[in-house]
Amino acid sequence: MPHAFDEMSSADGSVRPAYETLQRWLASVPQDVLDHRRKEAEFIFRRIGITFAVYGEQNSQERLIPFDMVPRIITKDEWATLSKGLEQRVKALNMYIRDVYTKREVLKAGVVPENLVYQNPAFRPEMNGQRVPHDLYVHIAGIDIVRTDPDTFYVLEDNARTPSGVSYMLENREIMLRLFPELFSMHKVAPVDKYGDDLLATLRSLAPHGGHEPNVAILTPGIYNSAYYEHSFLADKLGVDLVEGRDLFVKDDVVYMRTTEGPKRVDVIYRRLDDDFLDPLMFRRDSQLGVPGLMSAYRAGNVTLTNAVGTGVADDKAVYSYMPDIIRFYLGEEPLLPNVPTWRCREPDHLKYVLEHLPELVVKEVHGSGGYGMLVGPASDKAQIEKFRAKLVADPANFIAQPTLALSTCPTMVEKGVAPRHVDLRPFILSGSDKVRIVPGGLTRVAMKEGSLVVNSSQGGGTKDTWVLDA
Amino acid sequence: MRIRIRHEITQRFEPGSRNMAVTVRLTPRSHEGQFILRWALDLNSDCRLAAQEDAFGNLCHTFSVDGPTDHLSVVAEGEVETQDTTGIMHGTVERFPPSLFLRQTDLTEATPAVVAFAESVKLTEDDPLGQLHALMVALHDKVEEQDGPALGGPLTANAALQAGKACSGGIAHLFTAAARHLGLPARHISGYLAPDAPEDGENAGVGTARHWAEAYAPKFGWISFDAGRNLCGTEHYVRLAVALDAMGVAPLRSTGLEVEEAVSALDSRAPQKVAQAQSQVQS
Repeated sequence: MPHAFDEMSSADGSVRPAYETLQRWLASVPQDVLDHRRKEAEFIFRRIGITFAVYGEQNSQERLIPFDMVPRIITKDEWATLSKGLEQRVKALNMYIRDVYTKREVLKAGVVPENLVYQNPAFRPEMNGQRVPHDLYVHIAGIDIVRTDPDTFYVLEDNARTPSGVSYMLENREIMLRLFPELFSMHKVAPVDKYGDDLLATLRSLAPHGGHEPNVAILTPGIYNSAYYEHSFLADKLGVDLVEGRDLFVKDDVVYMRTTEGPKRVDVIYRRLDDDFLDPLMFRRDSQLGVPGLMSAYRAGNVTLTNAVGTGVADDKAVYSYMPDIIRFYLGEEPLLPNVPTWRCREPDHLKYVLEHLPELVVKEVHGSGGYGMLVGPASDKAQIEKFRAKLVADPANFIAQPTLALSTCPTMVEKGVAPRHVDLRPFILSGSDKVRIVPGGLTRVAMKEGSLVVNSSQGGGTKDTWVLDA
Repeated sequence: MRIRIRHEITQRFEPGSRNMAVTVRLTPRSHEGQFILRWALDLNSDCRLAAQEDAFGNLCHTFSVDGPTDHLSVVAEGEVETQDTTGIMHGTVERFPPSLFLRQTDLTEATPAVVAFAESVKLTEDDPLGQLHALMVALHDKVEEQDGPALGGPLTANAALQAGKACSGGIAHLFTAAARHLGLPARHISGYLAPDAPEDGENAGVGTARHWAEAYAPKFGWISFDAGRNLCGTEHYVRLAVALDAMGVAPLRSTGLEVEEAVSALDSRAPQKVAQAQSQVQS
């Protein structure tokens, strides 16, 4: 395993400029002060109730995501490169999805194989030929970025369905401001708290009709959903209604909300509900979470769903491997952010290579998420690898493989002081009908275990505040 | 042949229900083998019907029943002129390339048993049309058609195969599941089957709602296969809707209690009497 790039300390032991002030501060603060602040942070998280549940865990209790107090710092120039690349990526994602559901030029040109679209469980035939308001599909994207050296940021994953985690980005900043005001006076950190305004402006810009002030609502599956906290948090931040399916109804292809003052028309629904459950008249007929008739209102052009239905066709890990070609095809540009090299196990020569190099590779399920069902070759023993080999051979099309990247590390508070831990970054990209908005930073996830590369919260990963320096 | 069709659906709701959203897929389209002479929908409730085309090109209507009510009744009635095209479909509305129809669904899931069945009829030479006919014959031998409603069950491809007898919808699922497994695009069709009126004017039995399959063979295009009757479509068939499976062609979708259907499809030359219609209940 190659030596990982540390974002604070260079290989020669010197401190990289962006981290100089922080490093001096860390060295000067006594450990007991840090311990005290850590307890304080945990207390605040518990009090505001920011927890999550892990599906499938027995007697699963609501857990706190470990919060790490050492901020991650990104310079203004690094962010400029990143945000340009993200904007390009999301633009291409939107054009691709629109094309797949309308003219299919990308398939006719042979850039993406037909069966990867038509046999894809996330492809929604029901969306075929349907125009969506403003021709935008992915209004809220969470694109996972990893870094391997001072200059290289890779896109690891495009999350184009309902990416979550933005509440942690906002809460982490609030807590840091409360715990370490002195640190903020020493740095010029770009604010993130305008995310709420940006999101509301984006959602309003997406309304299907002009003319009246658009009414926006957030649709949640309910309190049992693992991200319910975030749904209620966002409704509160935006000052919009948080609704469940039963609070809405459709009459003559228009969506209404039941209110104490009678029905109120809804123009934009930020839905945090999977496609399958949206409308029992079109998808799963046993869904109690959706709104009967919603899809016909959508088809009639009377409501905007964010993200659009069927965006999953752009974000599975097999489609991911075609993203550089997709960007070239629609934009005629080279991708600004590279992809991690990816072997598609559906292709026999790729599969052969992967089977020969399993101990070095990371193998993932095409539709997997949350760090489940994957093999990290270098961190697995022989038995685990052999077990995975059998799964892979039985259903190659279900897997992709990537080299084990030496993800960058950031200083992180651990039992014995501060030590480097691997991190990734999920910035949130908002695409409105007027413009693209990206709040500087995003959610940094950190693998709290020494040497671990799995940052998912369901696997014990934590989060950090992410600072983009303004100067 | 001129076929007179009446299709009545009654959807029950909890008493006192309000604001019930409904989608019906009950309006056939013309193609070279069938011409819609007249067609009308009638509802027992005052609604504003909005016409939509679904993703597969089927004609749909959406509406809301204000209520309070405990049921909705929809009657589709019309007359269709059909011609025998030996099962070859021309002039149908196509919204997808054939390769989409390789997509399996929950109802057509290719379980190991379905895969084994499909493989057992695999031809050695590359002849899609021959392959499809072989599949139809094998399926006809293996699974007997049950009297009763078109979706009376067993409904999934696997259940139809395991039971050895199935409704026309289940047989269509098994045919499409096996064809798709063999790499041949196949799709699910809903419609009506009308018997000939006998020369002596006696009632020859009423026609019924029926499901069958269409499969794609290069050079020929889409061809209809009714494995339950071991034949390709004739002038006795009226095609209503197309999709990946029976869920996609559902004539009515709403949320409520059970649904009852009564269908008659008669040769227009038959005596004008209201026939005992086929009826089915779904929960």
